[in-house]
Amino acid sequence: MSFWGYPRPDGSVGTRNYVAVIPTVVCAAATARQISDNVKGTVPFLHHQGCALAPYDLELVNRTFTNLALNPNIAAVVLVSLGCEPIDIDGIAERIAQSGKPVEKLVIQQVGGTIATVEKGVRIARQMVSEASEVKREQFDESRLMFGSECGGSDTTSGLGSNPAIGAAFDILVKKGGSAVFSETTEFIGAEHLLAQRAVTPQVGKQIVGMVRRYEERFLEKGVDMRGTNPTKGNIEGGLTSIEEKSLGAISKGGSQPIQEIYEYGERPKKGGLSIVDGPGYDAPSLTALAAAGSTVIFFSTGRGTPLGSPFVPVIKVTANGLTYEKMKDNIDFYVDLARKDNINEIGKTLYEEALKVASGKQTKAEILDQSSYNGIFIVGPLA
Amino acid sequence: MERKAIVLNSKDNVATALAELSAGESIALEVDKNKSSVKLVNPIQFGHKFSLVDIKAGATILKYGEVIGEATKDIKAGEHVHVHNVASTRGRGDVTKEPAK
Repeated sequence: MSFWGYPRPDGSVGTRNYVAVIPTVVCAAATARQISDNVKGTVPFLHHQGCALAPYDLELVNRTFTNLALNPNIAAVVLVSLGCEPIDIDGIAERIAQSGKPVEKLVIQQVGGTIATVEKGVRIARQMVSEASEVKREQFDESRLMFGSECGGSDTTSGLGSNPAIGAAFDILVKKGGSAVFSETTEFIGAEHLLAQRAVTPQVGKQIVGMVRRYEERFLEKGVDMRGTNPTKGNIEGGLTSIEEKSLGAISKGGSQPIQEIYEYGERPKKGGLSIVDGPGYDAPSLTALAAAGSTVIFFSTGRGTPLGSPFVPVIKVTANGLTYEKMKDNIDFYVDLARKDNINEIGKTLYEEALKVASGKQTKAEILDQSSYNGIFIVGPLA
Repeated sequence: MERKAIVLNSKDNVATALAELSAGESIALEVDKNKSSVKLVNPIQFGHKFSLVDIKAGATILKYGEVIGEATKDIKAGEHVHVHNVASTRGRGDVTKEPAK
């Protein structure tokens, strides 16, 4: 099967055609938003990072900006800097330009305040949108897609229906030669040995176990034992017996294909197939990790229902909770009806077909209702 | 007919209830086109698990085709499977025993 996508100069294929307005520090966020508010066709990425960062977090935030901007759904980029933040704005702009993507930087302290920067930014963005609008959708093989998956507002139905259905859709794409990525390291705890068994090499398997342990140790240093306190009392009342059962339910959103490689938060997979990106279970910064990894369609599994989307990537909301689907129909795109006779793989196939439609331009509810500009960036901390 | 419980993988020895189920009820199950039926020993709440077969103490409990714990006592087909008769194999205890990498 195929889909209609936007060809990019670096050979990647987008499912959307946005001009991104990215503030490189929170101090520039309102100015960036004002530029975007005035130019249809632009999307801002709002966050509160960019300054007072430890060296490892500075590197993380730099690569997150770079790789977000390289997402194939973005046609051109306006970077809005304050001027005194430690972010490597020149390096980021250079890397974006190397991909063949138009990029401009605006430094508020140099341009001379918000009004002058907004005026300049609006002119630049207007021109970029005009040029981007000439890029036409072309037909591409489905293997050119990259899926991401995320779960949030989870309940018992997430591990039984919506996560496995997303996993089945992942399997279809990966078997056809496409790419897929999932994250949320904290949710691997107790099932990391099973993920490690699916790694393509013992080395990658060890890295998966090490990545989970590193995350756990950050909490243990603060006196919090994430493994010992899971499953929670509420989980047990809901029917979950062990931490491995809980984690298996969560990781089923990554499907069953071999794991090629693992990456740090904000990194972009270098290999095709299924990858893991290290990151928190917290929905918003996790969506940022999936977008920075290059996902062009994201599945979001939810039990309780949530409106949250991603600025540059269409997010398909999936639930297997019938009551949530009825109550939150404004926000949920796809219902996995567990009482149907179809097995999960058949439901996953229908979900995959929906993803191809979305890839070709069908708007998701999070896009239509504009639930997408604020996702934020994860940092390890502490802040200075 | 609507499904009352789901078996997620053909290797599994437990099913998960999709509704509130009563003791004595016969539950029809299907996984990968293989059909079976289990008569419930206990009432099973939505989201809780019951055994598809007799499971011996010490045997592994399989869901998603993977080990989710070990039986701490003999479990009969149709019996409630939960923390009272299953122990995790991946709690804090086993991790601290592993050699440092």
